[in-house]
Amino acid sequence: MEYFLTEEQKTVRDLARKIAEERILPLRAELDEREEFPWDIIRQLASSDLFRIFIPEEYEGLGGGCLELCLAVEELSRACSGVAITYAASALGALSILEYGTEEQKRRRLPDIASGKSLAAFALTEATAGSDAGAIKTTATEKEGGYVLNGTKQFITNGGEAEIYTVIALTDKERGARGASAFLVEKDTPGFSFGEKEKKMGIRASSTRELIFRNCFILKENLLGKEGMGFIIALRVLDRSRPGVAAQAVGIAQGALEAATDYARQRIQFEHPIISIQAVQHMLADMAIEVEAARALVYSVARTIDSGAKSITEEAAMAKVFASDVAMRVTTNAVQVFGGAGYIRDYPIEKMMRDAKITQIYEGTNQVLRNVIASELRKRRSRQE
Amino acid sequence: MNIVVCLKQVPGTTEVKIDPQTNTLIREGILNILNPFDAYALEEGVRLKERCGGRVTAISMGPPQAEEMLREAISLGADEAVLLSDKAFAGADTLATSYTLARAIEKLGQTDLIICGRQTFDGDTGQVGPELAEMLGLPFVAYVSKIEDINKGMHLQRMVEEGHEIIELPLPAVITVVKEINVPRLPSLRGLAKAKSAPIPVWTAEELAIDMDKVGLKGSATRVVKVFSPQRVNRGEILQGEPEEQVKNLISKLGDAGIV
Repeated sequence: MEYFLTEEQKTVRDLARKIAEERILPLRAELDEREEFPWDIIRQLASSDLFRIFIPEEYEGLGGGCLELCLAVEELSRACSGVAITYAASALGALSILEYGTEEQKRRRLPDIASGKSLAAFALTEATAGSDAGAIKTTATEKEGGYVLNGTKQFITNGGEAEIYTVIALTDKERGARGASAFLVEKDTPGFSFGEKEKKMGIRASSTRELIFRNCFILKENLLGKEGMGFIIALRVLDRSRPGVAAQAVGIAQGALEAATDYARQRIQFEHPIISIQAVQHMLADMAIEVEAARALVYSVARTIDSGAKSITEEAAMAKVFASDVAMRVTTNAVQVFGGAGYIRDYPIEKMMRDAKITQIYEGTNQVLRNVIASELRKRRSRQE
Repeated sequence: MNIVVCLKQVPGTTEVKIDPQTNTLIREGILNILNPFDAYALEEGVRLKERCGGRVTAISMGPPQAEEMLREAISLGADEAVLLSDKAFAGADTLATSYTLARAIEKLGQTDLIICGRQTFDGDTGQVGPELAEMLGLPFVAYVSKIEDINKGMHLQRMVEEGHEIIELPLPAVITVVKEINVPRLPSLRGLAKAKSAPIPVWTAEELAIDMDKVGLKGSATRVVKVFSPQRVNRGEILQGEPEEQVKNLISKLGDAGIV
């Protein structure tokens, strides 16, 4: 399919593919098995400038946008989405600073994220606040020249590995979600610690931990945006990062499709490769159709964001829901094409199925996002748009 | 620190065809790559620059299409690149190649360190590094596996069969490196952008003010007379049975052959 990518975008895609094939593919089974954080690969992504593509040039980035990020995430995910999400989560952390940071906050933190010296992370979820994100309990109490944070964030990607965290906490408990604010917290701040690394079903190369705040004092200058804007910031930033999760799903699905096709070409049953069996052909064809449709939607949404569109909630949710559902179906069917071998960990395909599942869950469950889409649909019809 | 890295473009396969007339490689239709051993030389040059400052210049003698490989070198961190290309350089053996490279390095001006790969993937001689040092009158260490320290001179580890030797080397000098020295990086986006537009000067025999009798086929001390694949003679025999039986069998065979 012709997606009319610029030369620069093709370069990003090709370089991400090269890194994925030469440096990630040989290690992915081991990283998954040992649940090991891929620092060597992260350093390679950094030295290849991939962390620069989502940062503007004035902060030592290369000034790319959502599409460039999606291309890189897709290619990395094609080999290992555990590595890819580590990369994409840093972009998510950076986005909140990019969108809502003051000039001083941007100058101080973005160059290190661009160079890959620091990873970033974003922390909204808590034990009692998943889909009901407005139910967060972490507080930020004002105190001479700053705020004191108390509470625990859960399931935070890059937790413990990132240097810079965007944390949503309540500055006014009475006002609920409207009393939330966003803060930048650095790793070594006293009173800020991490829980044990979570043992996950998939994306096991990535690090997921609790962030624990016990009387953690941060300076007033670490407030992102204004008090009370925290929830809005979280929603807007997640709108913009969802195409990244969608691209991750497309990459996983593409990897699974290729693996299943290769396997079907060489697996002999009834004296012929199983790809000559129509039942298998149709499965592969359906997988190919869905992957391409998902990619086309993700790229279109990414381009919509890059064009400067203000309201992208609905589109971003659509891309994330569609692509992640595709990834789950395609990887499940890819395991089916592999048959018994697909269930064995010697083959990469069961990992892809485990990795795909999270894309239907994080950054908004597909159920919550369908609510969002339906609500936008209803509003638009009522406005006769 | 001014570092020069010598690179060669080689066929990206070990199944090369030989022109029966000239006994030289047929390069047409084969994807060419940066000699894999030279990638370690380039990486080490770039790492030294990152450690100590300075510039890395990549040079190569070869046909015009070697420019592509030099652009790759820039994408991998070289600051600049020069291609030595002239019809008169064609057919050069290692002696003529070293001579040409030496004249080019002199033209580049003050150089602190020259790094080559241990050998090429196609010719496999491993001679250009040492010959270059001889022609430039510089000290030389082959098979460097680690650069430990750089001050006025360098502390190096050289791979030898039994382990490694620690060597102190004054600068300027020439070294060849082995693959154990580093893991070459992949390109960067900024490097690729720079490589795309970087000017790559081409120096001909005239620009190098070179002795024409010492370059190309004419300046080569060796001639490739014939290239052939040796006949595979399978004479090995594996003795079967219990160890005692095998020993008896072996002694009787050695006796039959008149060895014992």
